[in-house]
Amino acid sequence: MDNLALKKMANQVRKGIVTAVHSAKAGHPGGSLSAADIYSFLYFEEMNIDPKEPKKADRDRFVLSKGHTAPGLYSTLANRGYFPVEDLKTLRKLGSYLQGHPCMQHIPGVDMSSGSLGQGISAAVGMALSAKIDNKDFRVYTLLGDGELEEGQVWEASMFAGAKKLDNLVVIVDNNGLQIDGNIDDVNSPNPIDKKFEAFNFHVINIDAHDFDQIRAAFKEARETKGMPTAIIAHSLKGKGVSFMEGQVGWHGKAPNDEEYEIAMNDLNKIDEELAKEV
Amino acid sequence: MADKIATRESYGNALAELGAKNPDVIVLDADLAAATKTGIFKKAFPDRFFDCGIAESNMVGIAAGLATTGKIPFVSSFAMFAAGRAFEQVRNSVGYPHLNVKIGATHAGITVGEDGASHQCNEDIALMRTIPGMVVMCPSDDIEAKACVMAAAEYEGPVYMRFGRAACPVINDRPDYKFEIGKGTIVKEGKDLTIVATGICVGNALEAAEMLAKDGIDAEIINICTIKPLDEDIILKSAKKTGKVITAEEHSVIGGLGSAVCDLLSEKYPVPVKKIGMYDVFGESGSASALLEKYQLDGKGIYSQIKEYLK
Repeated sequence: MDNLALKKMANQVRKGIVTAVHSAKAGHPGGSLSAADIYSFLYFEEMNIDPKEPKKADRDRFVLSKGHTAPGLYSTLANRGYFPVEDLKTLRKLGSYLQGHPCMQHIPGVDMSSGSLGQGISAAVGMALSAKIDNKDFRVYTLLGDGELEEGQVWEASMFAGAKKLDNLVVIVDNNGLQIDGNIDDVNSPNPIDKKFEAFNFHVINIDAHDFDQIRAAFKEARETKGMPTAIIAHSLKGKGVSFMEGQVGWHGKAPNDEEYEIAMNDLNKIDEELAKEV
Repeated sequence: MADKIATRESYGNALAELGAKNPDVIVLDADLAAATKTGIFKKAFPDRFFDCGIAESNMVGIAAGLATTGKIPFVSSFAMFAAGRAFEQVRNSVGYPHLNVKIGATHAGITVGEDGASHQCNEDIALMRTIPGMVVMCPSDDIEAKACVMAAAEYEGPVYMRFGRAACPVINDRPDYKFEIGKGTIVKEGKDLTIVATGICVGNALEAAEMLAKDGIDAEIINICTIKPLDEDIILKSAKKTGKVITAEEHSVIGGLGSAVCDLLSEKYPVPVKKIGMYDVFGESGSASALLEKYQLDGKGIYSQIKEYLK
């Protein structure tokens, strides 16, 4: 997929996020929107996956360690063809398979249940280890929040991944700088993030999370890195794409009301119009 | 008395046997391979053994990830850390997605001995049995412990197995012994009262029954290895026969076998129940046998507590 097509897709993913969270009247739009470009690149370009065969044994795996941004993952999976986009409106509703946090038993394309922060990365490490045991060449990707790095388990998992040289594992940090209680530096700073992963024997790449050239180059570099796992620190803007949510911690876990929903969709429609002009 | 062997030793031996049969079996430990006896597996199958270091939460998560790819991971540590430290990982990364992870928890209960209260887990059965879909087993001797491990590998879904540090007598060496997950066994028939026991307390209850017999009390003893799912029929049938139930476990009386039996009987056949176990207290340092004596969980202690209760 070229950059323009990826940008258009990421905007579709963002519309799905806003629609789902608005319909649910709850959920986490901020961190879903900040990672929309990463999600889109993974599922539309990087990963070896097949929506028609979600459990194919040799597929690449993705674990959403920051499980609360499920709307971002669900919207991506829906747009990729795992389930109908229309179903996004059932998010968090009683009886819907689209649970508030990812549930592998009921959602096509979800490789691991997650939501309790710090746990997803360990499962991803287990998957990567399994590939190494069997000499299989599938790769494992996991997306973490920067606030999530405050969980000690993240570093237990990182220590193991580095020590066991799991070069089939890519840890992506959605570094939007905000967590529920405020700026990550004010709450309990995980910075410097890149140096920490380096110290845990990772190859580390810093990128702009909204620049597809940089995203593409980083995942290519990760694939070419042997003998150590890769950490991609994706510097992002929380709420990206929706004017009143951008950089606002208040939109970490809050749904837009009807009026706000209109403004948000209008913002995203404008982006569509701009993208339509690009060649 | 038959030979004594600790069920952690049985765990290690069974894993090595299982490893030869099933190439999908992977064993994980958290720097305790010598104590949990997974070292026996490590020696036989070094490529399928992973030491996660002193990081039990991550180890449970790794096991979950392995299970999603079709492996059958056995994670091993002391009960205190496997069920205690990593409780939420077991709950959310293993229990909720119902993954095929087997938890081999050794050094359960006060028979950890000299290490003292920080390492004596009397709460693990309570913790594990609250997780939906979790099978909880506590074998009574070497034979049952091995059978437990083999059955766990055959079963699809999460399993918690509780093993002990101290050597205990072999009590199930009879030709008709057959192990099945969810099935209890009557190890001694009787008519006056029922002792429902698990783990090392089964052997100790047998000793207590001999003493009770001298006083003219004929106790029936049920061995409950699988605390969840509980064999309701065997307990109800015996309770209806004797009308008096005593539970015995090397675990807190809060939330363990005793509570499980009370949950059952209070709903389906209310009879008086006396729960024998750790009475909402922490243990302490001492030899396993001295601790069992002090907390009245050895044969004599169980006998004394029953006699006191019957007064």
